[in-house]
Amino acid sequence: MTEVVDTPTAFGRPIRRKEDAKLLHGRTNWTDNIQLPGTLHMAMVRSPMAHARIAKVDVTAALARPGVIAAYSAADLGELNSGVPCVWPVSGDDTVMPPFPALATDKVRHVGDVVAVVLATSAAAAEDAIESVDVEYEALPAVVGMLDALSPGSALVHDQATNNTCYVYDLGGGYDEAAAKADVIVKRRFVNQRLIPSFMEPRAVVAAPMGMSDEMTIWTSTQIPHVLRVLLTLVTGIPEQNLRVVAPDVGGGFGGKLQIYREEILALQLARKLGRPVKWTETRSENMVATHHGRDQIQDIELAATKDGTFLGLKVTLLANMGAYLGIITPGTPLLGMFMFPGIYKMDAYQFRCTGVFTNTTQTDAYRGAGRPEATFAIERIVDELAAELGIEPMELRRRNWITHEEFPYTTVAGLTYDTGNYEAATAKALDMFGYDELRAEQKRRREAGDPVQLGIGISTFTEMCGLAPSRTLGALKYAAGGWEHCTIRLLPTGKAELVTGTSPHGQGHETAWSQIASSIIGIPVEDIDVVHGDTGRAPYGMDTYGSRSLAVGGQAIKKAADRLVENARLIAAHQLECAPEDLEFVEGTFKVKGDPEKATPIQAVAWAAFSAHNLPDGVEPMISGAATVDPEDFSYPHGTHLAAMEVDTETGKVRLRKYVCVDDVGIQVNPMIVEGQVHGGVAQGVGQALYEGAEYDPDGNLLTASLADYLIPSAADLPTFETGTTVTPSTTHSLGTKGVGEAGAIASTPAIINGIVDALRPLGVTDVLMPASPQNVWRAIQAAKGGAA
Amino acid sequence: MIPAAFDYVRPSTVDEAVAALVAGGEDAKVLGGGQSLMPVLRLRMGAPSVLVDCSRIDELKGISDAGGAIVIGAGVTHDDVEKSALVREHVALLAKVTATVADRQIRHRGTLGGALAHADPAGDQPGTALALGATFTIAGPAGRRTVPASEFFVDYFTTAVGPDEVLVSVSFPKHAGWGAHYERFNRTAQAWAIVGAAATVRMDGGTIAEARVALTNMGPSPVRATTVEAALVGVSTLAGIAAAAAHAADGTRPTGDIHADPEYREHLARVLTRRAVAAAAGI
Repeated sequence: MTEVVDTPTAFGRPIRRKEDAKLLHGRTNWTDNIQLPGTLHMAMVRSPMAHARIAKVDVTAALARPGVIAAYSAADLGELNSGVPCVWPVSGDDTVMPPFPALATDKVRHVGDVVAVVLATSAAAAEDAIESVDVEYEALPAVVGMLDALSPGSALVHDQATNNTCYVYDLGGGYDEAAAKADVIVKRRFVNQRLIPSFMEPRAVVAAPMGMSDEMTIWTSTQIPHVLRVLLTLVTGIPEQNLRVVAPDVGGGFGGKLQIYREEILALQLARKLGRPVKWTETRSENMVATHHGRDQIQDIELAATKDGTFLGLKVTLLANMGAYLGIITPGTPLLGMFMFPGIYKMDAYQFRCTGVFTNTTQTDAYRGAGRPEATFAIERIVDELAAELGIEPMELRRRNWITHEEFPYTTVAGLTYDTGNYEAATAKALDMFGYDELRAEQKRRREAGDPVQLGIGISTFTEMCGLAPSRTLGALKYAAGGWEHCTIRLLPTGKAELVTGTSPHGQGHETAWSQIASSIIGIPVEDIDVVHGDTGRAPYGMDTYGSRSLAVGGQAIKKAADRLVENARLIAAHQLECAPEDLEFVEGTFKVKGDPEKATPIQAVAWAAFSAHNLPDGVEPMISGAATVDPEDFSYPHGTHLAAMEVDTETGKVRLRKYVCVDDVGIQVNPMIVEGQVHGGVAQGVGQALYEGAEYDPDGNLLTASLADYLIPSAADLPTFETGTTVTPSTTHSLGTKGVGEAGAIASTPAIINGIVDALRPLGVTDVLMPASPQNVWRAIQAAKGGAA
Repeated sequence: MIPAAFDYVRPSTVDEAVAALVAGGEDAKVLGGGQSLMPVLRLRMGAPSVLVDCSRIDELKGISDAGGAIVIGAGVTHDDVEKSALVREHVALLAKVTATVADRQIRHRGTLGGALAHADPAGDQPGTALALGATFTIAGPAGRRTVPASEFFVDYFTTAVGPDEVLVSVSFPKHAGWGAHYERFNRTAQAWAIVGAAATVRMDGGTIAEARVALTNMGPSPVRATTVEAALVGVSTLAGIAAAAAHAADGTRPTGDIHADPEYREHLARVLTRRAVAAAAGI
């Protein structure tokens, strides 16, 4: 439960979110709610085949259907058929960067690839008409699994390449020397399965020419309006100053809306060409095949240790599925995890290799955690396997190897410098909340009694990196953009404030939390501060929201902008109070003359004085604002200890998450209730990966989990109440001491769940279960361990 | 997610509904609560030319006591079935099975008759109708006819109801005093049953005197586990129940999908049958 916190300002209070009344009352401005006169509705003709040569695309019959205004194949569209850009060529010139045309030209490369587009006066007419587009395909062998894709003689996803390798990326080394000294080496192959980001609001876009001007506006359900504006300018040629990108209310993203999508490009190009608004909203069925997927790695991992459990070296060899094309950061996503495989542990050597692989599947890209969940899963699983091998209690093995709180700042074997952390404190609190010893005793009783329902305890002690910055580091990694963030705070004449942020919330609660930060500095009540975001016309500078960066990076910009605003106001207040600026103190929104508390003026009165400008000091301009663009000095490193009690029905393979306790250290908290909400959602999503979710293809490349009836996501009915707690170890590299919380739950929970299931079944000889740990997968693991025909 | 265009008629009597189906020909389709049909239309997996909306026909509503049986109108919602005192007293198994159908919102819209006529192999209620020996009253151009459950379920999504016919009611023989239990095995709370085992038993002292056992999703149409039923007579121990339940998968033809292959479904049928019978019998 959220603790009641009494703080002198709004900062740190678990106040209710400003956003929620609007959301709960349905007064939301989703992109699909936007109705512009003369709108044309766009529908996509998608490939039913995973891999085929396009022999013919003829839209003639579709054009004859009622209400149809236009229809295009790639050939019809010509030079307006822009490509989807990838901004992260991870290994430079060696990375294979094939074209990704908005409409497929020569071949289709995954089920859901787009071959033609139809525009009609209603969405129904457009959907009727796509059935009339005549497409002839010549089937080609589908390349589905990564191992098949890399085998000699495999069909090629991209004909111009010589194989299906996108890139090979290496980091570190020296593993063999470390392993030579080892008493024990544990090797495992883990499969981190493919997931589909299942946000509530499907993608939607409206693009429109604005009146008689040259300006184009695009409303889109995106996490990245600012980055998108730059990329759309680059791929369409529309001058940047004439392009406005708006992210209205956005109903979730989880990385799935951290993308420039072909549908956005097409809507913009066709609205401009036809001079009319163009609208497209995806169906859930389209979402499953056309929104980028996440994860999908085959992980070969080796951990070398002494017999007392001291880690010596770690070797990680990944195959990472790119899918058929490269989206915005497809190649880089698995590499966001490469620094995190060593986790919270000390060791002498670390050797990493990742091979990106093309297949005839939907492209992959960022999904909540983006690389770090995959890394955390692998290290937390293999630590448990080593513990079993050595007969050391798994938490004790972690204790022997983790970085102790006295050792920070600590530069890890992967080259990161963790600024702060206290794994001992978070773990002690979690064990206490969990009732660890009692559960271990129950586990023992059930084992001895041969209970058909066995109990397992799953541990995950994780850290992650948030706030991808500084920009020069991103540049060194060949990522095209920077990692800074901007904030402008403007005092309005009546004493209210507008806070303009470059972050772009889609459910996180920025409007509330950012108001709390600003209020605590400028002294204006939270309810008098309006947070402006997600519109390049109103918030021109920003780097948007992903990677738990918004508070970690954007929060620093808010603080700096607010500090500057106060200093600007101080000049006018001092003039009014007839003293020197340095003689003023600023307390809870009021400037007071030191030693003469009767002489004081609230900041709201200063705002009016700055507006009327009747009596300003010489050289001071009217109106008061503060602005800052901050490029952080380093990443931040949230951490925590998550514990899961798993009941496994050994007869059926069904598992039940009985109890889940987590203690997260996300540094200083702006709003503990929002922190708790983020942890709950993240944990649920991580449990989803462990138990329910998994995109599966058949050998022909058809998506078998193409609806939410088959791609299962957990609901509240499937989950217990998570018991959350926190410890607070402030970040020393971030000016507010905050670290970020958006992904922590999703990163930490998956290995806790799987470790718990394996712990329950280890006496039966089970050493791993495939994800999702569906009843059938668990039952098969039990049967295989028994030696029976599985 | 936009259906293809269709015509729509809303009759107020069964005769009008039959007439509308005859007029509509092969492509006409009955709309009940719409919980199965509408997704089919939205996904364009079906494109009927005319929908005959039977949701406002009074005769299809209502649950009545017909002496030896409880008669349930085809248009009665799952929620009304589940909460009916008559059903709970005399056909307890049906009430328990119905309570597991989908979620509360769907149970308020979807109908028992619609679910039975849809005959989804993963549907929870067809097996119970089969095991309890329900009879189905069907209206068509030639008048009304009665079909036993053993002839009603024909194949995958196929029943004895013809394209120009309407299911009017389903009659469930009374089983007052029988213990009942449904073991529904699913991955998430709102997912379809991977396998289900429905059991109802008449106890004589501590011994099973009669048993009815039905299986969900163990073949293209619902399965009545008659071998298990026979083996349960006279059983009074868990071991006896387990021995009987070991025959649960005999003669079944379960399908394989991403959630379960046939072998696993057969295993589940045995385990779930044992558990359902034990719970129903209180053993």
